Amino acid sequence: MTAPLLEVTDLVKHFPIKSGIIVDREVATVKAVDGVSLTIGEGETLGLVGESGCGKSTLSRTIMQLTTPTSGSVRFGGEELVGRSRRTMRPLRRQMQMIFQDPYASLNPRKRVGQIIGEPMELHGIATGRDVTARVRELLDRVGLQPEHAERYPHEFSGGQRQRIGIARALALKPKLIIADEPVSALDVSVQAQIINLLEDLQAELGLAYLFVAHDLGVVRHVSDRVAVMYLGRIVEMTTATALYEKPLHPYSNALLSAVPIPDPKLNFERERLVLEGDVPSPIDPPSGCHFHTRCPWSTEVCDVDDPVLEELLDGHVAACHHPRNLAELS
Amino acid sequence: MILSVEDLRVSFATDGGVVRAVDGVSFELAEGEILAVVGESGSGKSVTAQTVLGLTRAPNTTITGTVRFDGRDLTELDDKGLREVRGERIAMIFQDPMTSLNPVYRVGDQIVEMIRAHRKVSKREARQSAVELLNSVGIPNPERRVHHYPHEFSGGMRQRVMIAMALALDPDVLIADEPTTALDVTVQAQILRLLQKLNTERGLAVVLITHDLGVVAEIADRVAVMYAGQIVEDASLADIFYDPQHPYTWGLLGSIARLDEDRPTRLAQIAGQPPSLLNPPTGCRFAARCPHAFDKCSEPPPLDGDRCWLTPEDKRRLRDVDGRIGLRKAVTS
Repeated sequence: MTAPLLEVTDLVKHFPIKSGIIVDREVATVKAVDGVSLTIGEGETLGLVGESGCGKSTLSRTIMQLTTPTSGSVRFGGEELVGRSRRTMRPLRRQMQMIFQDPYASLNPRKRVGQIIGEPMELHGIATGRDVTARVRELLDRVGLQPEHAERYPHEFSGGQRQRIGIARALALKPKLIIADEPVSALDVSVQAQIINLLEDLQAELGLAYLFVAHDLGVVRHVSDRVAVMYLGRIVEMTTATALYEKPLHPYSNALLSAVPIPDPKLNFERERLVLEGDVPSPIDPPSGCHFHTRCPWSTEVCDVDDPVLEELLDGHVAACHHPRNLAELS
Repeated sequence: MILSVEDLRVSFATDGGVVRAVDGVSFELAEGEILAVVGESGSGKSVTAQTVLGLTRAPNTTITGTVRFDGRDLTELDDKGLREVRGERIAMIFQDPMTSLNPVYRVGDQIVEMIRAHRKVSKREARQSAVELLNSVGIPNPERRVHHYPHEFSGGMRQRVMIAMALALDPDVLIADEPTTALDVTVQAQILRLLQKLNTERGLAVVLITHDLGVVAEIADRVAVMYAGQIVEDASLADIFYDPQHPYTWGLLGSIARLDEDRPTRLAQIAGQPPSLLNPPTGCRFAARCPHAFDKCSEPPPLDGDRCWLTPEDKRRLRDVDGRIGLRKAVTS
């Protein structure tokens, strides 16, 4: 078996909370990412879901080395990224690009679209002068915009069009992996569909791998080969999209899926629902044992004291739970 | 009918010209009914809701049409008259519960102030009702929580505070503008349950503004679909989902990535973008994006029922895309 494109092992990112005026004491830490391991193969899409504050965005930024991990390893194409200098990071960063949630905040308002897409190419020395212009026009065309849009400024575009510009910028360096952090959540449904279709076409054509971070479980099921579910800084379940949505093992995945209303009144009415009580606990002081036990309808004493490990309960289906669901009927 | 809106038009004069945000909207809300108003950004759903309560009045706004509530036309009421309706009879909650609460006052004080502005009760009594209200919307330890500031509540709890405040004067109608959009799905499920409970137990009629058809399927009785400042289709929940008449509704239904279906082929996207409301087309406003548009679509569409010129037979035939409802990219021969 060849090495996966991206291999993340025991990645940890803790943010210190400091207090005090003269002596900067560290009073607590936010355990935003707390020991995450995952792999993404070439041309594969891994969906990453979880509620706000579960650490999905921090995880993607830490994988990109946009924030320095506290510990752990990130290997891209077999090469370790953690601990690299900016200079030695650069050739690798070219191969992994990011698309952001807010197409209004992620494009420089004072630059023309042509500059926004063209500059990374010049910086990385993969094109110069007229080649840049030609490639920008080609990219704009590829993402469904007009080549003459290169002369315009971001404010002249709608949200969906801006997201297309963000995608063109990410594609400019011919990356192998694109980390998309909530790429469609700021868009209207009809525009969402356009962007999702575009991302899928590009994947088929260019063999891109995606880490697709989103809170919309419907969108994630649609685009992902495999899906990881995060809760309070940890992955609690990871498997193929179909397995997760048909037979989720972890109670949290069950609750999350059951909370999403289905746009079909009859099915929605017939479906059994599990409504969780309360909110997500704080990642500063996560619950003991299994982080989810405070909200879990099936928790027992063991969940309170013993932290379950992420283990392979079924073929290619990992979950961290003492009382997994849907297991009996499967075996 | 507890509330009926007729031919409502709201336009804003801007530097760029007159924006016709709402252009001939009519709908009715029955007692105890949950009406969902669905549409994308800029379709005029929020402006419609705000205009009902006179919240869009400004020197640059022109409002015509009527909003009938309890025998009165709300568009003609003065500020004093509106104050008697707002909160008292029709309450409103918004998408972002953080910006709708005052960050420097304790939530209890905010509820007390609101009650005492409308009712002659002592502070003590008002505080007692505040505690009861927080309790009724499912906030744990309400006696302690009334003393907390908005920032001490989570998003879901803040939205519960907003709902408690909206219920304080026992209104007949609640207008909820994207009440769960800023919330996580597990919390959204809690809030929707709460709205449903208030609807069944108190007979509270609800106008729910949302862009999420899943939320609609969950709690609405009837659905009005808005596009570019107009209602293009208004039908029962079942009809909107199983017998939709307007191609825009088909497009909306087809473009959702569904949770309960395995990776399908492609999402049936709607091409292009909504028209500018500065100078909307005179004919069907969806025609430019509609793959089924024909000559007749350049004329203003019929006002009764759904706003579409296609015949019922054509509709049934055209909306079927591989066995699902959707908007075909181009008409296949």
